[in-house]
Amino acid sequence: MNDSMKIESRWAKALVIILLTLGAITMLFPFFWMISGSLKTIREITSPEIIWWPEEEQWDNYTTVLTMKTNPFGIYFKNSIIVAVANTVFTLLTTILGAFAFSRLEFKGRDKLFSVLLATMMVPSQMYIITNFITITRMNLYDSLWAQILPYTASVFYIYLLRQFFNQIPDQIYLAAKVDGCSDWKYLWKMMVPNAKSSLVTIGLFNFIASWNAYLWPLMVTGKVEKRVLSIGLKYFASDSGTDYHLMMAGATIVILPLIVIYLVFQKYIIQGIARGGLKG
Amino acid sequence: MVGQNQKKTFLKAMLYLLPALVIIAVFVVWPMFHTLRMSFFEKFNIFTKTGEGFGLSSYIWVLEDPTFHKALINTFIYAVVTVPVSIIISLAIAILLNSGIRGSKFFQTAYFLPYVTNAIAIGLAFRFIFHSEFGVFNKFLGFFGIDAVRWLTDPDWAMVTLCIFGTWSALAFKIVIFLSGLQGIDPQLYQAARIDEAGKWKMFTKITLPQLGPIMAYQFVIATINAFKAYNEVVGLFGDDGPLHSAITMVYYMYDKFYNANRYTIAAASGVIMFIIIMLFTFIQLGMSNRKADQ
Repeated sequence: MNDSMKIESRWAKALVIILLTLGAITMLFPFFWMISGSLKTIREITSPEIIWWPEEEQWDNYTTVLTMKTNPFGIYFKNSIIVAVANTVFTLLTTILGAFAFSRLEFKGRDKLFSVLLATMMVPSQMYIITNFITITRMNLYDSLWAQILPYTASVFYIYLLRQFFNQIPDQIYLAAKVDGCSDWKYLWKMMVPNAKSSLVTIGLFNFIASWNAYLWPLMVTGKVEKRVLSIGLKYFASDSGTDYHLMMAGATIVILPLIVIYLVFQKYIIQGIARGGLKG
Repeated sequence: MVGQNQKKTFLKAMLYLLPALVIIAVFVVWPMFHTLRMSFFEKFNIFTKTGEGFGLSSYIWVLEDPTFHKALINTFIYAVVTVPVSIIISLAIAILLNSGIRGSKFFQTAYFLPYVTNAIAIGLAFRFIFHSEFGVFNKFLGFFGIDAVRWLTDPDWAMVTLCIFGTWSALAFKIVIFLSGLQGIDPQLYQAARIDEAGKWKMFTKITLPQLGPIMAYQFVIATINAFKAYNEVVGLFGDDGPLHSAITMVYYMYDKFYNANRYTIAAASGVIMFIIIMLFTFIQLGMSNRKADQ
Protein backbone atom coordinates (compact mmCIF):
# COMPACT_ATOMS: atom_id res chain seq x y z
CA MET A 1 0.00 0.00 0.00
CA ASN A 2 1.26 3.41 -1.00
CA ASP A 3 1.02 5.29 2.27
CA SER A 4 1.79 8.71 0.86
CA MET A 5 -1.79 8.99 -0.36
CA LYS A 6 -3.08 8.29 3.14
CA ILE A 7 -5.66 10.54 4.63
CA GLU A 8 -5.43 11.51 8.28
CA SER A 9 -8.46 13.46 9.40
CA ARG A 10 -11.22 11.47 11.02
CA TRP A 11 -13.94 13.25 9.05
CA ALA A 12 -12.29 12.49 5.77
CA LYS A 13 -11.91 8.84 6.78
CA ALA A 14 -15.57 8.56 7.66
CA LEU A 15 -16.53 10.14 4.36
CA VAL A 16 -14.33 7.73 2.40
CA ILE A 17 -15.88 4.76 4.19
CA ILE A 18 -19.40 6.02 3.52
CA LEU A 19 -18.65 6.56 -0.18
CA LEU A 20 -16.97 3.18 -0.53
CA THR A 21 -19.88 1.47 1.21
CA LEU A 22 -22.41 3.10 -1.12
CA GLY A 23 -20.30 2.08 -4.09
CA ALA A 24 -19.90 -1.48 -2.82
CA ILE A 25 -23.67 -1.74 -2.36
CA THR A 26 -24.16 -0.65 -5.98
CA MET A 27 -21.68 -3.27 -7.17
CA LEU A 28 -23.06 -6.10 -5.04
CA PHE A 29 -26.76 -5.31 -5.13
CA PRO A 30 -27.50 -7.04 -8.46
CA PHE A 31 -25.98 -10.25 -7.07
CA PHE A 32 -27.91 -10.00 -3.84
CA TRP A 33 -31.14 -9.22 -5.68
CA MET A 34 -30.60 -12.15 -8.03
CA ILE A 35 -30.10 -14.60 -5.16
CA SER A 36 -32.93 -13.18 -3.07
CA GLY A 37 -35.22 -13.27 -6.12
CA SER A 38 -34.26 -16.88 -6.82
CA LEU A 39 -35.68 -17.88 -3.43
CA LYS A 40 -38.99 -16.01 -3.67
CA THR A 41 -42.46 -17.21 -4.60
CA ILE A 42 -44.07 -15.84 -7.75
CA ARG A 43 -46.27 -13.74 -5.48
CA GLU A 44 -43.34 -12.21 -3.65
CA ILE A 45 -41.41 -11.52 -6.83
CA THR A 46 -44.26 -9.61 -8.49
CA SER A 47 -45.29 -7.81 -5.33
CA PRO A 48 -45.65 -4.00 -5.54
CA GLU A 49 -43.79 -3.72 -2.23
CA ILE A 50 -40.03 -4.17 -1.94
CA ILE A 51 -39.41 -7.56 -0.32
CA TRP A 52 -35.74 -7.72 0.61
CA TRP A 53 -35.70 -11.37 1.54
CA PRO A 54 -38.43 -14.03 1.09
CA GLU A 55 -40.47 -15.03 4.11
CA GLU A 56 -39.53 -18.63 3.47
CA GLU A 57 -36.71 -19.55 1.09
CA GLN A 58 -38.07 -21.44 -1.90
CA TRP A 59 -35.18 -23.86 -2.54
CA ASP A 60 -37.61 -25.75 -4.76
CA ASN A 61 -37.09 -23.09 -7.42
CA TYR A 62 -33.66 -24.60 -8.01
CA THR A 63 -35.01 -28.14 -8.25
CA THR A 64 -37.63 -26.90 -10.71
CA VAL A 65 -35.00 -25.25 -12.90
CA LEU A 66 -32.56 -28.17 -12.75
CA THR A 67 -35.17 -30.78 -13.68
CA MET A 68 -36.98 -28.87 -16.42
CA LYS A 69 -37.69 -30.92 -19.54
CA THR A 70 -37.60 -28.08 -22.08
CA ASN A 71 -34.48 -26.43 -20.70
CA PRO A 72 -32.37 -29.12 -18.98
CA PHE A 73 -30.00 -27.04 -16.86
CA GLY A 74 -28.30 -30.20 -15.63
CA ILE A 75 -27.16 -30.98 -19.18
CA TYR A 76 -26.25 -27.33 -19.83
CA PHE A 77 -24.12 -27.33 -16.71
CA LYS A 78 -22.34 -30.53 -17.73
CA ASN A 79 -21.68 -29.15 -21.23
CA SER A 80 -20.30 -25.91 -19.84
CA ILE A 81 -17.90 -27.84 -17.59
CA ILE A 82 -16.73 -30.11 -20.43
CA VAL A 83 -16.21 -27.23 -22.85
CA ALA A 84 -14.46 -24.96 -20.35
CA VAL A 85 -12.18 -27.71 -18.99
CA ALA A 86 -11.27 -29.05 -22.45
CA ASN A 87 -10.68 -25.53 -23.71
CA THR A 88 -8.41 -24.73 -20.81
CA VAL A 89 -6.39 -27.97 -20.96
CA PHE A 90 -5.76 -27.67 -24.71
CA THR A 91 -5.00 -23.96 -24.52
CA LEU A 92 -2.47 -24.50 -21.73
CA LEU A 93 -0.81 -27.23 -23.78
CA THR A 94 -0.50 -25.21 -26.99
CA THR A 95 0.54 -22.15 -24.97
CA ILE A 96 3.32 -23.96 -23.10
CA LEU A 97 4.74 -25.50 -26.28
CA GLY A 98 4.43 -22.30 -28.28
CA ALA A 99 5.87 -20.03 -25.60
CA PHE A 100 8.83 -22.40 -25.16
CA ALA A 101 9.63 -22.39 -28.87
CA PHE A 102 9.49 -18.59 -29.04
CA SER A 103 11.46 -18.14 -25.85
CA ARG A 104 14.23 -20.76 -26.02
CA LEU A 105 14.58 -22.31 -29.48
CA GLU A 106 16.61 -20.12 -31.81
CA PHE A 107 15.18 -20.95 -35.19
CA LYS A 108 15.24 -18.99 -38.40
CA GLY A 109 12.50 -16.39 -38.80
CA ARG A 110 11.44 -16.65 -35.17
CA ASP A 111 11.01 -12.93 -34.51
CA LYS A 112 9.23 -12.39 -37.82
CA LEU A 113 6.76 -15.17 -37.13
CA PHE A 114 6.15 -13.82 -33.66
CA SER A 115 5.41 -10.30 -34.97
CA VAL A 116 2.97 -11.72 -37.50
CA LEU A 117 1.15 -13.55 -34.70
CA LEU A 118 1.04 -10.43 -32.53
CA ALA A 119 -0.47 -8.47 -35.42
CA THR A 120 -3.43 -10.87 -35.57
CA MET A 121 -4.45 -9.70 -32.07
CA MET A 122 -5.65 -6.41 -33.54
CA VAL A 123 -8.49 -8.02 -35.43
CA PRO A 124 -11.68 -8.28 -33.37
CA SER A 125 -12.73 -11.90 -32.94
CA GLN A 126 -16.26 -10.95 -34.01
CA MET A 127 -14.90 -10.49 -37.52
CA TYR A 128 -13.72 -14.03 -37.96
CA ILE A 129 -16.61 -15.95 -36.48
CA ILE A 130 -18.43 -15.63 -39.80
CA THR A 131 -15.79 -17.68 -41.60
CA ASN A 132 -15.28 -19.95 -38.61
CA PHE A 133 -18.94 -20.87 -38.76
CA ILE A 134 -18.48 -21.95 -42.37
CA THR A 135 -15.31 -23.88 -41.49
CA ILE A 136 -16.93 -25.69 -38.56
CA THR A 137 -19.97 -26.59 -40.66
CA ARG A 138 -17.77 -28.00 -43.40
CA MET A 139 -15.84 -30.02 -40.81
CA ASN A 140 -19.20 -31.57 -39.90
CA LEU A 141 -18.85 -30.26 -36.37
CA TYR A 142 -22.01 -28.14 -36.25
CA ASP A 143 -24.02 -28.99 -33.15
CA SER A 144 -21.16 -30.59 -31.27
CA LEU A 145 -19.18 -29.68 -28.20
CA TRP A 146 -16.03 -29.84 -30.34
CA ALA A 147 -17.31 -26.89 -32.35
CA GLN A 148 -17.28 -24.86 -29.16
CA ILE A 149 -13.88 -26.13 -28.02
CA LEU A 150 -11.67 -26.34 -31.09
CA PRO A 151 -11.41 -22.71 -32.32
CA TYR A 152 -10.35 -21.55 -28.87
CA THR A 153 -7.59 -24.04 -28.13
CA ALA A 154 -4.74 -21.66 -28.97
CA SER A 155 -4.27 -18.01 -28.10
CA VAL A 156 -1.61 -15.61 -29.32
CA PHE A 157 -2.16 -13.44 -26.27
CA TYR A 158 -1.49 -16.25 -23.79
CA ILE A 159 1.59 -17.37 -25.75
CA TYR A 160 2.82 -13.78 -25.58
CA LEU A 161 2.23 -13.63 -21.81
CA LEU A 162 3.89 -16.95 -21.02
CA ARG A 163 6.82 -16.20 -23.32
CA GLN A 164 7.45 -13.04 -21.30
CA PHE A 165 7.56 -15.13 -18.17
CA PHE A 166 9.79 -17.80 -19.72
CA ASN A 167 12.17 -15.07 -20.87
CA GLN A 168 12.73 -14.05 -17.27
CA ILE A 169 14.13 -17.44 -16.35
CA PRO A 170 17.93 -17.03 -16.70
CA ASP A 171 19.46 -18.52 -19.83
CA GLN A 172 22.44 -19.93 -17.89
CA ILE A 173 20.28 -22.60 -16.28
CA TYR A 174 19.08 -23.67 -19.71
CA LEU A 175 22.59 -23.81 -21.14
CA ALA A 176 23.92 -25.67 -18.10
CA ALA A 177 21.11 -28.18 -18.37
CA LYS A 178 21.92 -28.68 -22.05
CA VAL A 179 25.58 -29.33 -21.26
CA ASP A 180 24.41 -31.95 -18.77
CA GLY A 181 22.59 -33.62 -21.64
CA CYS A 182 19.11 -32.61 -20.59
CA SER A 183 16.78 -32.56 -23.58
CA ASP A 184 14.65 -29.53 -24.41
CA TRP A 185 11.52 -31.54 -23.81
CA LYS A 186 12.60 -32.65 -20.34
CA TYR A 187 13.87 -29.18 -19.48
CA LEU A 188 10.56 -27.64 -20.44
CA TRP A 189 8.47 -29.94 -18.25
CA LYS A 190 10.90 -30.36 -15.34
CA MET A 191 12.19 -26.78 -15.09
CA MET A 192 10.16 -24.19 -16.99
CA VAL A 193 6.63 -25.40 -16.29
CA PRO A 194 7.02 -25.84 -12.51
CA ASN A 195 8.65 -22.41 -12.37
CA ALA A 196 5.84 -20.76 -14.28
CA LYS A 197 3.13 -22.33 -12.13
CA SER A 198 1.53 -19.08 -11.01
CA SER A 199 1.45 -17.68 -14.57
CA LEU A 200 -0.10 -20.92 -15.78
CA VAL A 201 -2.75 -20.85 -13.05
CA THR A 202 -3.65 -17.29 -14.04
CA ILE A 203 -3.85 -18.15 -17.74
CA GLY A 204 -5.90 -21.24 -16.97
CA LEU A 205 -8.33 -19.29 -14.80
CA PHE A 206 -8.85 -16.56 -17.38
CA ASN A 207 -9.36 -19.09 -20.10
CA PHE A 208 -11.87 -21.02 -18.01
CA ILE A 209 -13.84 -17.89 -17.13
CA ALA A 210 -13.82 -16.66 -20.74
CA SER A 211 -15.06 -20.04 -21.95
CA TRP A 212 -17.76 -20.18 -19.27
CA ASN A 213 -19.00 -16.74 -20.30
CA ALA A 214 -18.73 -17.16 -24.08
CA TYR A 215 -22.02 -16.47 -25.80
CA LEU A 216 -22.03 -15.47 -29.46
CA TRP A 217 -19.93 -18.35 -30.82
CA PRO A 218 -21.67 -21.17 -28.90
CA LEU A 219 -25.00 -19.67 -29.94
CA MET A 220 -24.01 -19.83 -33.60
CA VAL A 221 -22.77 -23.41 -33.65
CA THR A 222 -25.48 -25.13 -31.62
CA GLY A 223 -29.02 -25.95 -32.58
CA LYS A 224 -29.91 -28.99 -30.48
CA VAL A 225 -30.90 -28.53 -26.86
CA GLU A 226 -28.50 -31.28 -25.71
CA LYS A 227 -25.45 -29.41 -27.03
CA ARG A 228 -26.15 -26.05 -25.41
CA VAL A 229 -23.93 -24.56 -22.73
CA LEU A 230 -25.27 -22.56 -19.77
CA SER A 231 -25.13 -19.05 -21.32
CA ILE A 232 -27.18 -20.21 -24.29
CA GLY A 233 -29.58 -22.29 -22.24
CA LEU A 234 -30.20 -19.39 -19.90
CA LYS A 235 -30.97 -17.09 -22.83
CA TYR A 236 -33.54 -19.52 -24.27
CA PHE A 237 -34.99 -20.18 -20.86
CA ALA A 238 -35.43 -16.43 -20.27
CA SER A 239 -37.35 -15.98 -23.50
CA ASP A 240 -39.52 -19.05 -22.76
CA SER A 241 -40.44 -18.26 -19.18
CA GLY A 242 -42.34 -14.97 -19.50
CA THR A 243 -42.62 -13.42 -16.06
CA ASP A 244 -41.34 -16.34 -14.00
CA TYR A 245 -38.58 -14.13 -12.70
CA HIS A 246 -38.04 -16.27 -9.60
CA LEU A 247 -37.05 -19.21 -11.85
CA MET A 248 -35.00 -16.96 -14.13
CA MET A 249 -33.06 -15.69 -11.13
CA ALA A 250 -32.45 -19.29 -10.01
CA GLY A 251 -31.10 -20.06 -13.51
CA ALA A 252 -28.88 -16.96 -13.47
CA THR A 253 -27.56 -17.90 -10.03
CA ILE A 254 -26.67 -21.40 -11.27
CA VAL A 255 -24.60 -19.79 -14.04
CA ILE A 256 -22.88 -17.24 -11.81
CA LEU A 257 -22.28 -19.20 -8.60
CA PRO A 258 -19.31 -21.24 -9.93
CA LEU A 259 -17.71 -17.97 -11.08
CA ILE A 260 -18.13 -16.40 -7.66
CA VAL A 261 -16.58 -19.46 -6.01
CA ILE A 262 -13.63 -19.40 -8.43
CA TYR A 263 -13.22 -15.69 -7.82
CA LEU A 264 -13.22 -15.98 -4.05
CA VAL A 265 -10.77 -18.90 -4.06
CA PHE A 266 -8.35 -17.52 -6.67
CA GLN A 267 -8.85 -13.78 -6.16
CA LYS A 268 -5.11 -13.16 -5.81
CA TYR A 269 -4.26 -14.81 -9.13
CA ILE A 270 -7.09 -13.09 -10.97
CA ILE A 271 -6.26 -9.60 -9.69
CA GLN A 272 -2.55 -10.07 -10.37
CA GLY A 273 -3.38 -11.35 -13.82
CA ILE A 274 -5.42 -8.28 -14.72
CA ALA A 275 -2.94 -5.87 -13.19
CA ARG A 276 0.05 -7.46 -14.93
CA GLY A 277 -1.25 -8.39 -18.32
CA GLY A 278 -4.38 -6.31 -18.65
CA LEU A 279 -6.18 -9.51 -19.56
CA LYS A 280 -9.33 -8.77 -21.43
CA GLY A 281 -10.85 -9.11 -24.83
CA MET B 1 27.19 -29.14 -40.44
CA VAL B 2 25.99 -25.76 -39.15
CA GLY B 3 23.32 -25.67 -41.84
CA GLN B 4 22.09 -29.05 -40.80
CA ASN B 5 21.95 -27.99 -37.16
CA GLN B 6 19.92 -24.98 -38.13
CA LYS B 7 17.53 -27.15 -40.06
CA LYS B 8 17.17 -29.47 -37.09
CA THR B 9 16.38 -26.60 -34.72
CA PHE B 10 13.88 -25.26 -37.19
CA LEU B 11 12.10 -28.60 -37.51
CA LYS B 12 12.07 -29.03 -33.77
CA ALA B 13 10.64 -25.55 -33.22
CA MET B 14 7.96 -26.26 -35.79
CA LEU B 15 6.96 -29.40 -33.91
CA TYR B 16 6.59 -27.37 -30.72
CA LEU B 17 4.64 -24.69 -32.54
CA LEU B 18 2.54 -26.98 -34.69
CA PRO B 19 -0.56 -27.29 -32.45
CA ALA B 20 -0.81 -23.53 -31.83
CA LEU B 21 0.01 -22.58 -35.42
CA VAL B 22 -2.54 -24.95 -36.95
CA ILE B 23 -5.35 -23.62 -34.76
CA ILE B 24 -4.38 -19.98 -35.25
CA ALA B 25 -3.97 -20.44 -39.00
CA VAL B 26 -7.35 -22.13 -39.44
CA PHE B 27 -9.42 -20.10 -37.00
CA VAL B 28 -7.74 -16.67 -36.95
CA VAL B 29 -5.52 -15.97 -39.96
CA TRP B 30 -7.53 -17.67 -42.70
CA PRO B 31 -10.86 -16.14 -41.54
CA MET B 32 -9.42 -12.63 -41.80
CA PHE B 33 -8.71 -13.09 -45.50
CA HIS B 34 -11.80 -15.12 -46.18
CA THR B 35 -14.15 -12.63 -44.49
CA LEU B 36 -12.47 -9.82 -46.40
CA ARG B 37 -12.87 -11.69 -49.68
CA MET B 38 -16.50 -12.53 -48.92
CA SER B 39 -17.28 -8.88 -48.24
CA PHE B 40 -16.48 -7.96 -51.86
CA PHE B 41 -19.11 -10.24 -53.35
CA GLU B 42 -22.75 -9.46 -53.86
CA LYS B 43 -23.82 -13.01 -53.15
CA PHE B 44 -21.84 -15.84 -51.61
CA ASN B 45 -22.64 -19.53 -51.35
CA ILE B 46 -21.10 -20.86 -48.17
CA PHE B 47 -21.32 -24.49 -49.32
CA THR B 48 -19.62 -24.12 -52.70
CA LYS B 49 -17.54 -21.17 -51.46
CA THR B 50 -18.19 -19.25 -54.64
CA GLY B 51 -19.44 -15.73 -54.99
CA GLU B 52 -21.12 -13.63 -57.62
CA GLY B 53 -20.86 -9.96 -58.45
CA PHE B 54 -17.38 -8.94 -57.32
CA GLY B 55 -17.27 -5.30 -56.25
CA LEU B 56 -18.35 -2.93 -53.54
CA SER B 57 -22.08 -3.59 -53.68
CA SER B 58 -22.25 -5.12 -50.17
CA TYR B 59 -20.44 -2.14 -48.69
CA ILE B 60 -22.80 0.25 -50.46
CA TRP B 61 -25.78 -1.76 -49.23
CA VAL B 62 -24.55 -1.66 -45.62
CA LEU B 63 -23.68 2.03 -45.71
CA GLU B 64 -27.12 2.87 -47.09
CA ASP B 65 -29.02 0.64 -44.67
CA PRO B 66 -30.92 2.71 -42.04
CA THR B 67 -30.62 -0.18 -39.56
CA PHE B 68 -26.83 -0.04 -39.89
CA HIS B 69 -26.93 3.73 -39.28
CA LYS B 70 -28.93 3.03 -36.14
CA ALA B 71 -26.42 0.37 -35.05
CA LEU B 72 -23.51 2.71 -35.74
CA ILE B 73 -25.06 5.63 -33.84
CA ASN B 74 -26.00 3.41 -30.89
CA THR B 75 -22.50 1.94 -30.73
CA PHE B 76 -21.02 5.45 -30.75
CA ILE B 77 -23.40 6.62 -28.01
CA TYR B 78 -22.54 3.55 -25.97
CA ALA B 79 -18.80 4.20 -26.35
CA VAL B 80 -18.98 7.96 -25.80
CA VAL B 81 -21.05 7.54 -22.62
CA THR B 82 -19.70 4.39 -20.97
CA VAL B 83 -15.98 4.93 -21.63
CA PRO B 84 -15.48 8.33 -19.93
CA VAL B 85 -18.09 7.74 -17.23
CA SER B 86 -16.67 4.37 -16.21
CA ILE B 87 -13.11 5.74 -16.29
CA ILE B 88 -13.97 8.69 -14.02
CA ILE B 89 -15.94 6.55 -11.54
CA SER B 90 -13.35 3.79 -11.44
CA LEU B 91 -10.51 6.26 -10.94
CA ALA B 92 -12.41 7.84 -8.03
CA ILE B 93 -13.04 4.42 -6.47
CA ALA B 94 -9.42 3.36 -6.96
CA ILE B 95 -8.20 6.54 -5.23
CA LEU B 96 -10.55 5.92 -2.30
CA LEU B 97 -9.43 2.28 -2.09
CA ASN B 98 -5.83 3.48 -2.05
CA SER B 99 -6.33 6.00 0.75
CA GLY B 100 -5.28 3.55 3.44
CA ILE B 101 -8.57 3.10 5.24
CA ARG B 102 -9.32 -0.04 7.20
CA GLY B 103 -11.28 -2.81 5.49
CA SER B 104 -10.04 -1.93 2.04
CA LYS B 105 -9.40 -5.66 1.36
CA PHE B 106 -13.11 -6.33 1.82
CA PHE B 107 -14.01 -3.42 -0.42
CA GLN B 108 -11.61 -4.64 -3.10
CA THR B 109 -13.29 -8.04 -3.12
CA ALA B 110 -16.67 -6.35 -3.56
CA TYR B 111 -15.56 -3.99 -6.31
CA PHE B 112 -13.69 -6.58 -8.36
CA LEU B 113 -16.42 -9.23 -8.27
CA PRO B 114 -18.39 -8.05 -11.35
CA TYR B 115 -15.29 -8.73 -13.46
CA VAL B 116 -15.87 -12.49 -13.45
CA THR B 117 -19.60 -12.49 -14.06
CA ASN B 118 -21.49 -13.78 -17.04
CA ALA B 119 -23.09 -10.91 -18.99
CA ILE B 120 -26.16 -12.96 -19.89
CA ALA B 121 -26.85 -13.99 -16.29
CA ILE B 122 -26.20 -10.64 -14.65
CA GLY B 123 -28.05 -8.97 -17.53
CA LEU B 124 -31.04 -11.04 -16.51
CA ALA B 125 -30.67 -9.75 -12.94
CA PHE B 126 -30.64 -6.18 -14.32
CA ARG B 127 -33.70 -6.99 -16.43
CA PHE B 128 -35.45 -7.92 -13.21
CA ILE B 129 -34.18 -4.77 -11.43
CA PHE B 130 -35.29 -2.51 -14.31
CA HIS B 131 -38.68 -4.15 -14.81
CA SER B 132 -41.21 -1.35 -15.25
CA GLU B 133 -43.91 -2.88 -13.03
CA PHE B 134 -42.20 -4.80 -10.26
CA GLY B 135 -38.58 -3.78 -10.75
CA VAL B 136 -36.86 -2.52 -7.63
CA PHE B 137 -35.31 0.46 -9.43
CA ASN B 138 -38.65 2.09 -10.21
CA LYS B 139 -39.82 1.42 -6.66
CA PHE B 140 -36.67 3.09 -5.40
CA LEU B 141 -37.25 6.12 -7.64
CA GLY B 142 -40.82 6.18 -6.37
CA PHE B 143 -39.52 7.12 -2.91
CA PHE B 144 -38.30 10.37 -4.40
CA GLY B 145 -41.58 10.93 -6.21
CA ILE B 146 -40.15 10.04 -9.60
CA ASP B 147 -42.64 8.39 -11.94
CA ALA B 148 -42.03 4.86 -13.14
CA VAL B 149 -39.92 4.64 -16.30
CA ARG B 150 -40.28 1.84 -18.85
CA TRP B 151 -36.55 1.15 -18.84
CA LEU B 152 -36.69 -1.93 -21.04
CA THR B 153 -39.79 -1.47 -23.18
CA ASP B 154 -39.68 2.22 -24.11
CA PRO B 155 -37.46 2.68 -27.20
CA ASP B 156 -36.47 6.16 -25.98
CA TRP B 157 -35.06 4.77 -22.74
CA ALA B 158 -33.44 1.58 -24.01
CA MET B 159 -30.04 3.15 -24.70
CA VAL B 160 -30.03 4.85 -21.30
CA THR B 161 -30.62 1.51 -19.60
CA LEU B 162 -27.95 -0.15 -21.74
CA CYS B 163 -25.42 2.56 -20.85
CA ILE B 164 -26.14 2.18 -17.12
CA PHE B 165 -25.63 -1.58 -17.34
CA GLY B 166 -22.56 -1.17 -19.56
CA THR B 167 -20.95 1.28 -17.14
CA TRP B 168 -21.62 -0.97 -14.17
CA SER B 169 -20.11 -3.95 -16.00
CA ALA B 170 -17.01 -2.04 -17.10
CA LEU B 171 -15.98 -0.70 -13.68
CA ALA B 172 -14.32 -3.72 -12.04
CA PHE B 173 -11.60 -4.21 -14.65
CA LYS B 174 -10.71 -0.52 -14.67
CA ILE B 175 -10.58 -0.26 -10.87
CA VAL B 176 -8.05 -3.11 -10.76
CA ILE B 177 -5.85 -1.42 -13.37
CA PHE B 178 -6.05 2.04 -11.76
CA LEU B 179 -5.39 0.64 -8.30
CA SER B 180 -2.25 -1.16 -9.43
CA GLY B 181 -1.23 2.03 -11.25
CA LEU B 182 -1.70 4.15 -8.12
CA GLN B 183 0.29 1.70 -6.04
CA GLY B 184 3.12 1.97 -8.54
CA ILE B 185 3.56 5.74 -8.13
CA ASP B 186 6.78 6.65 -6.34
CA PRO B 187 5.85 7.75 -2.77
CA GLN B 188 8.73 10.23 -2.78
CA LEU B 189 6.81 12.41 -5.22
CA TYR B 190 4.07 12.91 -2.66
CA GLN B 191 6.52 13.46 0.16
CA ALA B 192 8.19 16.21 -1.81
CA ALA B 193 4.82 17.79 -2.52
CA ARG B 194 3.95 17.64 1.15
CA ILE B 195 7.11 19.53 2.06
CA ASP B 196 5.98 22.18 -0.41
CA GLU B 197 2.62 22.11 1.42
CA ALA B 198 0.70 21.33 -1.73
CA GLY B 199 -3.02 20.65 -1.24
CA LYS B 200 -4.73 17.35 -1.98
CA TRP B 201 -6.26 18.64 -5.22
CA LYS B 202 -2.94 19.98 -6.42
CA MET B 203 -1.27 16.64 -5.64
CA PHE B 204 -3.96 14.93 -7.66
CA THR B 205 -3.62 17.15 -10.74
CA LYS B 206 0.14 17.62 -10.58
CA ILE B 207 1.27 14.14 -9.52
CA THR B 208 -1.42 11.47 -9.65
CA LEU B 209 -2.92 12.29 -13.05
CA PRO B 210 0.37 12.79 -14.95
CA GLN B 211 1.82 9.66 -13.35
CA LEU B 212 -1.23 7.69 -14.46
CA GLY B 213 -0.90 9.04 -18.02
CA PRO B 214 0.12 5.83 -19.83
CA ILE B 215 -2.41 3.78 -17.85
CA MET B 216 -5.13 6.27 -18.69
CA ALA B 217 -4.32 6.00 -22.41
CA TYR B 218 -4.34 2.21 -22.15
CA GLN B 219 -7.71 2.27 -20.38
CA PHE B 220 -9.21 4.53 -23.03
CA VAL B 221 -8.04 2.33 -25.89
CA ILE B 222 -9.12 -0.97 -24.34
CA ALA B 223 -12.44 0.43 -23.13
CA THR B 224 -13.25 1.96 -26.51
CA ILE B 225 -12.43 -1.26 -28.35
CA ASN B 226 -14.62 -3.22 -25.94
CA ALA B 227 -17.45 -0.70 -26.24
CA PHE B 228 -17.35 -1.01 -30.02
CA LYS B 229 -17.71 -4.77 -29.64
CA ALA B 230 -20.70 -4.55 -27.29
CA TYR B 231 -23.09 -7.42 -27.85
CA ASN B 232 -23.46 -9.69 -24.81
CA GLU B 233 -24.63 -6.75 -22.69
CA VAL B 234 -27.42 -6.02 -25.17
CA VAL B 235 -28.67 -9.60 -25.32
CA GLY B 236 -28.30 -10.04 -21.57
CA LEU B 237 -30.39 -6.98 -20.83
CA PHE B 238 -33.07 -7.16 -23.53
CA GLY B 239 -32.99 -10.75 -24.79
CA ASP B 240 -32.77 -9.23 -28.29
CA ASP B 241 -31.82 -5.79 -29.65
CA GLY B 242 -34.30 -3.87 -27.52
CA PRO B 243 -37.80 -2.54 -28.20
CA LEU B 244 -38.14 -1.73 -31.93
CA HIS B 245 -34.42 -2.52 -32.40
CA SER B 246 -33.70 0.61 -30.36
CA ALA B 247 -30.54 -0.85 -28.79
CA ILE B 248 -29.02 -2.56 -31.82
CA THR B 249 -25.19 -2.41 -31.94
CA MET B 250 -22.71 -3.10 -34.73
CA VAL B 251 -21.91 -6.63 -33.61
CA TYR B 252 -25.61 -7.34 -33.19
CA TYR B 253 -26.22 -6.09 -36.73
CA MET B 254 -23.46 -8.30 -38.10
CA TYR B 255 -24.69 -11.38 -36.25
CA ASP B 256 -28.29 -10.73 -37.27
CA LYS B 257 -27.39 -10.33 -40.95
CA PHE B 258 -25.31 -13.49 -40.92
CA TYR B 259 -27.34 -15.83 -38.81
CA ASN B 260 -30.97 -14.73 -39.05
CA ALA B 261 -31.05 -13.10 -42.48
CA ASN B 262 -28.36 -15.31 -44.09
CA ARG B 263 -26.93 -12.27 -45.86
CA TYR B 264 -23.35 -13.49 -45.62
CA THR B 265 -21.68 -10.82 -47.72
CA ILE B 266 -23.54 -8.04 -45.91
CA ALA B 267 -22.41 -9.46 -42.57
CA ALA B 268 -18.82 -9.71 -43.81
CA ALA B 269 -18.85 -6.13 -45.12
CA SER B 270 -20.23 -4.79 -41.84
CA GLY B 271 -17.55 -6.75 -39.98
CA VAL B 272 -14.81 -5.17 -42.09
CA ILE B 273 -16.29 -1.70 -41.57
CA MET B 274 -16.35 -2.34 -37.82
CA PHE B 275 -12.70 -3.44 -37.92
CA ILE B 276 -11.71 -0.27 -39.82
CA ILE B 277 -13.55 1.97 -37.32
CA ILE B 278 -11.89 0.25 -34.36
CA MET B 279 -8.45 0.59 -35.97
CA LEU B 280 -9.00 4.28 -36.74
CA PHE B 281 -10.07 5.03 -33.18
CA THR B 282 -7.18 3.10 -31.71
CA PHE B 283 -4.65 5.00 -33.82
CA ILE B 284 -6.26 8.38 -33.12
CA GLN B 285 -6.29 7.75 -29.38
CA LEU B 286 -2.75 6.42 -29.31
CA GLY B 287 -1.60 9.37 -31.44
CA MET B 288 -3.28 11.83 -29.12
CA SER B 289 -1.81 10.33 -25.97
CA ASN B 290 1.64 10.21 -27.56
CA ARG B 291 1.45 13.88 -28.48
CA LYS B 292 0.39 14.71 -24.93
CA ALA B 293 3.34 12.74 -23.61
CA ASP B 294 5.68 14.73 -25.87
CA GLN B 295 4.54 18.09 -24.56
